Amino acid sequence: MSALTFTLKTRPDQRVDLSPLVCQQLQGKEHPEIAAIELQCGKRKVRVDALFALSGFDTSHIVIKNSVDKLDFIGKELDGGTVTVAGDAGAYLALGMKSGAVTVSGNAGLYAGCELKKGYLEISGNAGDFLGGALPGNKMGMKGGLILVKGHAGERVGDHLRRGVILIEGNAGDYCGSRMIAGTIAVMGQTGRFLGYAMRRGTLLLWQEPQLSATFNDCGSHTLAFLPMLFNSFKALDSRFADSASAFNRVRRYAGDMAELGQGEVLVKCTAF
Amino acid sequence: MIINGVTIDATFAEAFPMKATRVIITAQNAKWALIAAQAMTGFATSVIACGCEAGIERNLSPDETPDGRPGVSVMLFAMGGKGLAKQLETRAGQCVLTSPTSALFAGITSDSKIPLGKNLRYFGDGFQIAKVINGRRYWRIPVMDGEFLTEASTGQVNAIGGGNFLVLAQSQPQALAACEAAIESMQKIPNVIMPFPGGVVRSGSKVGSKYKTLNASTNDAFCPTLKGQTATELSADIESVMEIVIDGLTQEDIAQAMRAGITAVCHLGLAAGINRISAGNYGGKLGPFHFHLQEIMA
Repeated sequence: MSALTFTLKTRPDQRVDLSPLVCQQLQGKEHPEIAAIELQCGKRKVRVDALFALSGFDTSHIVIKNSVDKLDFIGKELDGGTVTVAGDAGAYLALGMKSGAVTVSGNAGLYAGCELKKGYLEISGNAGDFLGGALPGNKMGMKGGLILVKGHAGERVGDHLRRGVILIEGNAGDYCGSRMIAGTIAVMGQTGRFLGYAMRRGTLLLWQEPQLSATFNDCGSHTLAFLPMLFNSFKALDSRFADSASAFNRVRRYAGDMAELGQGEVLVKCTAF
Repeated sequence: MIINGVTIDATFAEAFPMKATRVIITAQNAKWALIAAQAMTGFATSVIACGCEAGIERNLSPDETPDGRPGVSVMLFAMGGKGLAKQLETRAGQCVLTSPTSALFAGITSDSKIPLGKNLRYFGDGFQIAKVINGRRYWRIPVMDGEFLTEASTGQVNAIGGGNFLVLAQSQPQALAACEAAIESMQKIPNVIMPFPGGVVRSGSKVGSKYKTLNASTNDAFCPTLKGQTATELSADIESVMEIVIDGLTQEDIAQAMRAGITAVCHLGLAAGINRISAGNYGGKLGPFHFHLQEIMA
């Protein structure tokens, strides 16, 4: 059975809330029913078939074709199944996802993977600010699962991150890992200013030397046994993180943020042994 | 039944239900993995006084271990889940955590879990770090040689303890040589351990004693020096008896190990001074698992 496919007819003028179009909510529904679902578009409600052409029937695999950055809340609270986005995704991609997988071939907007609980989110392009973070006012960001960004990520990656792994092949903006509670963020590219700002616990794993605040203390160079296991867990990914040439187990360890609890760590790949 | 001159008694070994777990110890090299494993399985010959029965199952190559270092697979058996958890935690804390370069991982999966590093993490005094990798939780505990990496929990499974057979020989050196040959063969069988020193026990016991404080005492029926003093099981030409005790995950595992061991002993045969193979039981009234020697060797 072919994937249930929503092909965007024209770029909408207003932002569209796509949260009703997730696998568990479409299960057992026929095309007429799905076409009649109303989506919030700006201040109006519009029918699905006003925006999308429908094809395919497999509700456990949803494809959104011609997707643009106006489409928000794609894969919101997805609980099993896969959502494939051909094109860009708007804000709040995979917000609070419970399980399953969301893949985006283009870029994603603000708050991608925000408060994600479990599952896999892959963004082939760039991600906006607050990747894997918490909604404003909330105290816990992503609580599990894995986010892979093949491009760059914006500011505040993993803000209030509680658990789970965020992998960024490109650069990360300012305040990467801010207010982290736990979890792991790995960045192959450059990181911006205020790395790990107010982080309590958790690991920031870096390939490039960061600009560290004065509230991070040098703990020296170490060979850490958990790193090969962590890299092994990325083997199945279609990513540079799966490449054994990218793996290492010797790092410079910086502890911080000493202005907060100070049990977090920034691990930087050692270039000299 | 007679194999290569060795009489296989028409009797059976009587075994009991136990709880078991398996852990994997790794280290910088095989030498230090073995040292940690030997420490962890020390003083774990019998549940009568040790709290658990433990042994090294086998050595593991780097490609068989979670962290890609040389390792050793260790199995622990106890009469109940609580006792097993307590023994595991104590031994992991005192023998593996303390051993240089070691790391400790779960070696068996089960819905029933017991703590491995879950409580040991407090040794880290707040500096310990949890990492969930592939859905499994690990603890990184800072120690003086670097970090002690341990999985949070391991599986606990139903198992069987007390499978055994007795080697009756014309002399003590011949009995020991036969047992050594048996152990060498049995160590190749997975899912079993032989918890006594070198896998061999020379002081097999019976239930009860003339002394009220003891619940086990020497198996006088198989003591060669008491042949004229007690209701002996030994003929005049038998001068030494040694026992091999086997704990395993399933009946089939134990039966396979017994078959391997007895076959090795019989391979030496009467020419090497081995007269009989027998087994220890309590009349079949105490243990639900019966391993009939002749059926195993059929």
